[in-house]
Amino acid sequence: MTGRRWSLGFQLGVTLLACAFLITPAILSIAAGVTVNYFRGLESGVTLKWVVQVWELYADSIWLSLLIAVSCLACTLVIGVPAAYALAKNPGRLSRLIEEFVALPVAIPGLALALALLQVYGTMKGFRLSWTFILVGHVLYTLPFMIRSVMAIFAVIDLKTLEEGAATLGASRWQRFRDIALPSAVPGILAGALTVVTLSIGEFNLTWMLHTPITKTLPVGLADAYASMRLEIASAYTLIFFIMIAPLLMGMQMAAARAQRVAGL
Amino acid sequence: MSRNSFTLLTALPLAIFALAFLALPLVRLVGASLEGETGLALYGEILSNPRYLRSLWDTVLVSGAVSLTALGISTTAALFLQRNRFAGRSLLIAVLSFPMAFPGVVVGFMIILLGGRQGLINDVTQDLFSTRTVFAYSMVGLFLGYLYFSIPRVLLTVMAAAEKLDPELEEAARSLGAGPLRLLRDVILPGLAPALVASGAIAFATAMGAFGTAFTLATDIDVLPMVIYTEFTLAGNIATACALSVILGLVTWVLLLLARQLAGGSVAAAG
Repeated sequence: MTGRRWSLGFQLGVTLLACAFLITPAILSIAAGVTVNYFRGLESGVTLKWVVQVWELYADSIWLSLLIAVSCLACTLVIGVPAAYALAKNPGRLSRLIEEFVALPVAIPGLALALALLQVYGTMKGFRLSWTFILVGHVLYTLPFMIRSVMAIFAVIDLKTLEEGAATLGASRWQRFRDIALPSAVPGILAGALTVVTLSIGEFNLTWMLHTPITKTLPVGLADAYASMRLEIASAYTLIFFIMIAPLLMGMQMAAARAQRVAGL
Repeated sequence: MSRNSFTLLTALPLAIFALAFLALPLVRLVGASLEGETGLALYGEILSNPRYLRSLWDTVLVSGAVSLTALGISTTAALFLQRNRFAGRSLLIAVLSFPMAFPGVVVGFMIILLGGRQGLINDVTQDLFSTRTVFAYSMVGLFLGYLYFSIPRVLLTVMAAAEKLDPELEEAARSLGAGPLRLLRDVILPGLAPALVASGAIAFATAMGAFGTAFTLATDIDVLPMVIYTEFTLAGNIATACALSVILGLVTWVLLLLARQLAGGSVAAAG
């Protein structure tokens, strides 16, 4: 019994230490973002002027990140959902290979992917200088998450039987895709969508190589603030980022839990 | 006929996108790595250059150490959180998974706030012992940064796996007189093995390619992504940067592939 208590205490200790390690700097950052002078501490007063200043300095990059995240979601929906359907309907070696191939951007470091994109499209100035170049990188990186999330649902619902039933009632292939497959995949699509948006807003490794001075995203701006702004501004910017991703992250976990429940049935 | 054409239609957007923006660029990346003055011999030069080799070795080493540490911490926390119900449990889970969505640059900043020149730990030790403690800009800072984003990834995977463990197996082992340590070694850990291998491999792969963290901590840390970045932007060595990218990509990808073979195809979602 004492052995068990000792072991529980140890586990609790490790858990709390890990929590402290993760949350302490986040709290420091939030505090610094609303403190008049971080070196003098909170007694110097609480202010929103740093947040306002960040907004004045970096609003463009924040809007651009949102634009790219929404566009990235649209692209992954248009490309990923039908593809997941095609792959689920045709299981086999070829489908496995395709799935494996398009999931490469998860395994290959973003820097290498960005270099690869630059080798092909770096000289097409119109494309290279526009935000769509960053968008391509984000779609590349997030697409596997959408495909996997939707395929996980298709793998557990009996798509074949459902569709055969619909077919005997005279539904065309398009109708079956639209009225049977799509509605049943909604939990997977939702979980995938939240993952895609969250990852896109935070993407840095690819974006740093793909961005130009006029196409800076939120994390690129963050890197800039960390390198050249006072600590309070860097912190206030981080605070804005936290506020943006917190609801996304919560939604993502709820959607993932729901998708898992559906898949578990 | 119509069946095939509809499937083709649904796969068409993916086919176009993957060919234009994945297949073609990867082929060009390899191509560009061979267009230096020495061609294929460049790979030989890189693999015999002490600076690059050291950087590759350092990257592998720190990534490996981070994966093992994250596995230890996250498995302990995951088992604890999965098996005990108490007030504040979901708060702890939220705290432990929140950093999953942090980009590398933010993680770097977190480490600077802890161990940088104006960091918390430096403040505390200066007040208490009047000694300076700055570790953010060294290998220690890099290790902690990588650990910071690895803990949530591993935790969520292991928690999901721990939920699916068969409690009857443990019950049986316990009734046969197994103590907690034997239970852990002979029942729980083997049951979790696929998830451990999978999440460890993903932590390793993420650390291998982590650029943002090293970039923010930016000092003399020579991890491979930083070397690639310097070669490309500062030195303008495009062929070398491409060849190093190919090597980094291959090493990471092969490792993930091996891990999946080991784990029996159950590698969970990466991030």
